[in-house]
Amino acid sequence: MSLLEVKGLHASAGSREIVRGVDLVVGGGEVHVVMGPNGSGKSTFAHALMGRPGTTVTAGSIQIDGFELVGLPAWRRAQEGLFLALQQPIEVPGVLLEAALAEATRGAGASDVPARLAAEAAAIGFDERFLRRPLNVDLSGGERKRNEVVQLGVLRPKFAVLDEIDSGLDVDAVRTVSQRIERATSEWGLGVVAVTHFHRLLRELRADRVHVMVDGRLVASGGPELAEELERTGYRAYGVEEGGEGAA
Amino acid sequence: MSSFTADRAASLGGPAWLKRRRTHAFEELAAMPMPSEKEEVWRYTPIDELRLDEFSPSGGKDLGTLGSMFLEGVVADLPELAALVTAVDGHLVAVDRFGLPESVGIGGVDVLGDEEGVLGRVLAGGDALVRLNDAFHPDVVVLDVPARVVLDAPVVVVHWCTTAPPGPTTAPPGPGRPDALAPAEGRPASFPRTVVRLGEGSSGQVVEIVAGPPGGGLGLVVPVTELSASDGSQLSYAALQVLGTDAWHLSRVAATAGRDATLRTFTVGLGGAYDRSRTDALADGTGSSTELRSAYLGTGSQVHDVRTLQDHAAPHTTSDLLCKGAVSGTSRSVYSGLIRVRRGAVRTNAFQTNHNLVLGQGAHADSVPNLDIEENDVRCSHASSVGPVDEDQRYYLESRGIPPTRAEQLIVLGFFDDIVQRSPVPALIPRLRREVGLRLEAALGLEAADRDRAREEASENG
Repeated sequence: MSLLEVKGLHASAGSREIVRGVDLVVGGGEVHVVMGPNGSGKSTFAHALMGRPGTTVTAGSIQIDGFELVGLPAWRRAQEGLFLALQQPIEVPGVLLEAALAEATRGAGASDVPARLAAEAAAIGFDERFLRRPLNVDLSGGERKRNEVVQLGVLRPKFAVLDEIDSGLDVDAVRTVSQRIERATSEWGLGVVAVTHFHRLLRELRADRVHVMVDGRLVASGGPELAEELERTGYRAYGVEEGGEGAA
Repeated sequence: MSSFTADRAASLGGPAWLKRRRTHAFEELAAMPMPSEKEEVWRYTPIDELRLDEFSPSGGKDLGTLGSMFLEGVVADLPELAALVTAVDGHLVAVDRFGLPESVGIGGVDVLGDEEGVLGRVLAGGDALVRLNDAFHPDVVVLDVPARVVLDAPVVVVHWCTTAPPGPTTAPPGPGRPDALAPAEGRPASFPRTVVRLGEGSSGQVVEIVAGPPGGGLGLVVPVTELSASDGSQLSYAALQVLGTDAWHLSRVAATAGRDATLRTFTVGLGGAYDRSRTDALADGTGSSTELRSAYLGTGSQVHDVRTLQDHAAPHTTSDLLCKGAVSGTSRSVYSGLIRVRRGAVRTNAFQTNHNLVLGQGAHADSVPNLDIEENDVRCSHASSVGPVDEDQRYYLESRGIPPTRAEQLIVLGFFDDIVQRSPVPALIPRLRREVGLRLEAALGLEAADRDRAREEASENG
């Protein structure tokens, strides 16, 4: 089984330090959930893992099976088995989903991309017509999220960071999407870091650990029951004002 | 204007009215100033560098090996043709009909019998370059579709335009004259002229390809095309320019749409040292609509210059323009477009969008949208952008494991594919994709090599 190890991670977006010391170890097949109030640094953490230009890791390390990712560009990290489902997937006019995935899997079984795409789309009710469209062009918010999960299924990464994969999805879609991800954890041992606001993602996706991020740090960890509690009581117990945007 | 003389114009063939028209045009031309960068319509262009006396009207009618090969390629790419017209340096050399209905006229001016005034009906007036074409076009390619005829397959016109190799043509290059120019007689000027008329309720697709020997070679190509779509007709027109890298291309398309007519144009500029295409589309009849598409790709030190006019002269008319271009290396582009709504053209809808990708440090794009609205009850919008490849798009593809050079290639190809797949003549799409793809691959390869070199130098210095 693979291992994703994040140690002492600090990251800045622009000149501001947003992620301020995160430690997280995710084994293959495990699901870790990161919850936290708006502005607590969850998305920046996700982009720091993937290596978005403009998000700078200032200290710490990110390793997959002992291989250091910090300092590598996003595409190299992806080739090492990391995947990021974006909170707001990007439109790329003229670039077909199939063409992008064929390119991404070049030399690694690109020939069966169309078949795998069709199977993944069917699994989560992603309209097959969308497979022949340019990436995310003219797709609704929910369709874009499903598109991310389709890509995840085709690319079969070791670890997937899901940045609010459930936002924009209706109840039924949340269920099929979380079922698909859950299945991936046993199918090929996918390890998951799921950033979310809502406990509903965890009805079908079995969380091994739930972490609370406040002000760029993981301030508490627990089992799935923690997610339920957070949804009920909010983050007041962690020093966050009601409806507050957090300190960072 | 040493080679551009009244005698030369008068020596060209055709019916008496055409000869008179050339002579008259020459007189007007002689009294007109040549275009100048001081004029707004020639701003940002290198037109002042055009030396007309370095060229002469070409008498060539020989397609040559390269031209024949090119033509074969066109036929292979467009297997379903209604007709193929071949012209060399503006001289009509072949007309082949493939299932074109009998009633449709295609060929030279003789197609129209003794009818005069076929020229200048859509494009009245015009600048010195139009006059130059008026005076020196050797032939006219005419497509005349009568009323209520539907053409299922496109009519294709190939204008092969020869160029002269740089350097002396009579003596080999030698010491003391390494940069000597070919004599004027060796540097051809071509004046392709095309007229397309669609009768009431007809529909048809027309492709014009302006091509020349690949690589460097001096030549001047000044095409003028007039398109008229009668009431209730649907005319789709695509022009592809793939001249060599040293050619001047100064084209003019004038189009008019009658009542409830739909007119679609697409100009694609890929070749030439200076490539200018001006498209004027007049929505002349109530309820007519025009759709203008343009694309250009600048490589090396090319200049691409696209000018458009969406002219509304009648109520309830619509125009929609989309122009997309990319510049790499040290190439430049200019897009300048005007939406004009004349008095009385109420309920006009007009849209204008221009997007430019700047792919290299040395490349530059200018985008100049303009509105001239004389009526109140109208809806007009314009949007333009100039910038490098979108960071977020690149990151998105890279996050899937696609290396940056390849990600950029995909994005830029996609940027063009977005407009290419809207070609009003769908049969041309595969050819357009290939022409764009090949040039893009070379251009982006060079850009990537430049970046790598810069990075290496930076790391050596650091």
